[in-house]
Amino acid sequence: MQRLFNFFYEYRTFFAFLLLEAFCAWLLIENNKFQNTKFFNSSNRLAANILGISQSSREYFSLRQINEELSRENAQYKTLLERRTQNSGIPFVKSDTLVRYDFVSANVINNSVAQFKNYITINQGEDAGIKPGMAAISIAGAVGKVKSVSAHFSVLISLLNIDEQVSCLLTRTSNFGTAQWDGVDPRFVNLLYIPRHVQPLEGDTVVTSGYNAVFPAKIMVGIVKEVKLKEEALFYEIRVELAQDFRRLTFVKIVKSELKSELDSLEKTTIGIRP
Amino acid sequence: MNRSGIFVGMYFVLSVLVQAMLFKQLVLFNMAFCFLYVAFILLLPLETNPLILMLVAFLLGISIDVFYDSLGLHASSLVLVAYFRNYWLGTITPQGGYDTGEGPTLAANGLQWFMVYSVPLVFAHHFTLFFAEAGGFGIFWFTMQKVMTSLIFTMSVILFLQYFSFDRSR
Repeated sequence: MQRLFNFFYEYRTFFAFLLLEAFCAWLLIENNKFQNTKFFNSSNRLAANILGISQSSREYFSLRQINEELSRENAQYKTLLERRTQNSGIPFVKSDTLVRYDFVSANVINNSVAQFKNYITINQGEDAGIKPGMAAISIAGAVGKVKSVSAHFSVLISLLNIDEQVSCLLTRTSNFGTAQWDGVDPRFVNLLYIPRHVQPLEGDTVVTSGYNAVFPAKIMVGIVKEVKLKEEALFYEIRVELAQDFRRLTFVKIVKSELKSELDSLEKTTIGIRP
Repeated sequence: MNRSGIFVGMYFVLSVLVQAMLFKQLVLFNMAFCFLYVAFILLLPLETNPLILMLVAFLLGISIDVFYDSLGLHASSLVLVAYFRNYWLGTITPQGGYDTGEGPTLAANGLQWFMVYSVPLVFAHHFTLFFAEAGGFGIFWFTMQKVMTSLIFTMSVILFLQYFSFDRSR
């Protein structure tokens, strides 16, 4: 027994090394599963405030571009309002689309595009009603999914994350596929699982399918830029240029899906699986 | 806690802040990162106990991870550097040994020695970091490109700062 202890003592550095590395590996693996780690990410108050300071100084330099984006969004809303008032003679049908989705607008305080697993930190959290699993969109298109929230901040998994998959729809042909980033160019994602018999073309629009109830249906993802079909391959290799330029992301909207839990529980009771 | 301990503590906080506020945003050509915080572990005094070294590396790595939302990633590669650092220092001892009271710095041991000391360790850090993040060797050449460009970027900044402090101390 004494010799065993001596052995451990002699190699204590090595064992401490193994222990620490094992612990790190565990954290790394578990990190992808933790839906609501509150403290050890950039949504904790100290980290978020520090990041907020550096963001606010950078934001100052992109004011012109932010202004443009906001005025464009404003114009979109004005058009919608105009259309609505023109149609106001027609009585509104009682529709669930009115309450299906609610939006929370938020400022991006931390964002990266060059890593393999990119995350976005925003300045709204639990207090604004945000919960893990909600979708994040911008004026231009889909942005990501909420990973964890604290009282005043949330961390989103960006579309530019090699682990993130989004169910998509190729609008012209009505085929479903999955958008996933390959980790290389922040302007493009790949559209997977579009079968051989379909004929996708450059310039086709790709939108979210709305099948997983995270994203609302028909949120813009991007435009097909390149279509390849290898011989013997089952699926196309499609490059999609993202509608949202992630390198200059300043505002996002979090989509609160009011009916998500209803849909989930209905699917669970009828088919017994969770999508 | 003595004077040097307080300085080390200040450098620790400074490393985290500079990394989170400056170098996290500063990515060249979308692939070259600067992980300056590695220099904190590299430049700790020669006689630092390896256990303490690894523990400090772990804490620093976790602090960086909080800002990168990558819990365990930076910590694991930094602990690796901390573990091999003292062995590597023993292997490349210059003739006549290290001067007592001097750190493993460029000023104390010269440029050539410092490059031999720091380049492999920084490379090991970047290599484990990027391949762990990519989750394997799936996109090998692109990841390797990231490792090499980041190595050049990080080393340039470390050397620049070393010369800067070197001049001031004269």
